[in-house]
Amino acid sequence: MTAAVEARTPPAGARRPAGRRVADHGAWFLVLPALVPVLLLSVGPLLYGIGLAFTDAQSGRTSATRWIGALNFRDLLHDTLFWESFRIGLVWAAGVTVPQFLLALGLALLLNADLRLRGLARALAIVPWAMPEVVVGIMWRLVYNPDAGVLNETLRDLGLGTGRDWLSGLATALPAVIVVGVWAGLPQTTVALLAGLQNVPRELHEAAAVDGAGAWRRFRTVTWPALRPVALAITALNLIWNLNSFALVYVLTNGGPGGKTRLPMLFAYEEAFRYGQFGYAAAMGCVLVAVVAVLLAVFLAGRLRGGEEA
Amino acid sequence: MRPRRAARAGQYAALLGYLLFLAFPLLWLLSTALKSPRELGGPHPTWIPRHPTLANVRQAFAEQPLAHAALNSLLVALCTAVVAVLLATPTAYVMARHRSRLTRAATGWVVVSQAFPFVLVIIPLFLVLKNLRLVDSLTGLVLVYVVWALPFALWMLTGHVRAVPAELEEAAAVDGAGRLRTLVSVTAPLLAPGIAATALFAFVTAWNEFFFALVLLKSPERQTLPVILTHFIGAEGVADLGPLAAAAFLATLPSVAVFALVQRRITGGLLAGAVKS
Repeated sequence: MTAAVEARTPPAGARRPAGRRVADHGAWFLVLPALVPVLLLSVGPLLYGIGLAFTDAQSGRTSATRWIGALNFRDLLHDTLFWESFRIGLVWAAGVTVPQFLLALGLALLLNADLRLRGLARALAIVPWAMPEVVVGIMWRLVYNPDAGVLNETLRDLGLGTGRDWLSGLATALPAVIVVGVWAGLPQTTVALLAGLQNVPRELHEAAAVDGAGAWRRFRTVTWPALRPVALAITALNLIWNLNSFALVYVLTNGGPGGKTRLPMLFAYEEAFRYGQFGYAAAMGCVLVAVVAVLLAVFLAGRLRGGEEA
Repeated sequence: MRPRRAARAGQYAALLGYLLFLAFPLLWLLSTALKSPRELGGPHPTWIPRHPTLANVRQAFAEQPLAHAALNSLLVALCTAVVAVLLATPTAYVMARHRSRLTRAATGWVVVSQAFPFVLVIIPLFLVLKNLRLVDSLTGLVLVYVVWALPFALWMLTGHVRAVPAELEEAAAVDGAGRLRTLVSVTAPLLAPGIAATALFAFVTAWNEFFFALVLLKSPERQTLPVILTHFIGAEGVADLGPLAAAAFLATLPSVAVFALVQRRITGGLLAGAVKS
């Protein structure tokens, strides 16, 4: 310990690299308490999970689990229910992420402008973020409720028909849960973008305004380049989170009606913990990881290239 | 000046639209929670309950073991927050102060870990916890939550450590303070708000979490608040709306209160972790 301190005191020029090298020995001692549980409990299970995908592991089975190679994946390939669920998952993820980003960008720009009511909007924008997802689901069930819900009552008041059962309709269920997804994720995205807006150089903005650049031009040439890294990061994260989401839709529809809102996570959950097919569910998880990885790679590559052209 | 005023008006209209969109479900939840069963059964629901009542709260506590579930949630969230921060703080300190292959790998892991679907992690964890006889136990749940909270806690805390200037520590060393003394009397006080914010954030995420609790907890007397809340919704999706709304509203209060307290710091921590890496 004292060696590290002494290494820091020598004259300015050589000080830093030397101090760092010596301190690295102490670093192991400090990192280990956190690293051991992280390895034991998160890297370990993950590798174990990937391994399970190649076995016929089931819950409550007495005979030993066998290694079955890629059989689970071959079965998945022909599982039309899974691919339907997968398609729904992609529609959901894109349907939530894109409007979420556009709405959040609008709100962030408004909150960044010098408006009254800004404090109220900021405070209000925090609430959906802090709420348990289960409560968000319950709350929107009350909004969508065919008899006691505010949505149908408003439609009736406006003379737009008698309303409907949004969450049980084959055509309306998925759009209805997507709206809830957008609502629930809006605050987080807004706060991230708002933070990103603090990187926008104010002088540059003013200079552009003096030079007669319109609002759209100022946004494109000054705001967007500074905001882009944050926008990119939060959109990628949103895409991943939305693909992996579970609680919201579990509470809203539990995957119904007729599997129209059965996201991949709900499907895998049922497969694993209702039917006990651990190996098969793990294979689904692997496919999801692979898709997330490919999506991200394509997305990031495309966005980075787009940036160079601009 | 005319187009400028038109733009202002447009901005206010848009902001008002956002306020309505964000607020209306919350107000409807509150409104439903205050309505009597008779009013909820009748036609034409109104925003303001005609005969506001708190009977739903009593009813909710009678229908489900809410108080006990809240106690479980509190216990789990507190343990998660404390353990996650105790484990993450030393690592975050090293990750922020010393760049080596190890700390870079840890940072990479923090980012990558966000991409894995829970289901791929929960099946093996379930099997492991079952062997340890920790399924259907709050200890097992805390263990899972700590693992799950660690990457984010590391991320936030690394940002907060970076915000404490290393020059201060060096100055203390020059003045003859030992390494431990420096950490205790210089770094710790400056880091304390960041640690508190991280702990509170871990608390809120654990309080709100549903999926792992659903999978791991089977006995009703061990279940946490979000799981108990779903019991209000019957098998056919029919629910006793009043008590459901009242219980949901009450379950939200602690997380919103805690979150409001630390929101500014969380944003700051996120940014610090993200920008200066």
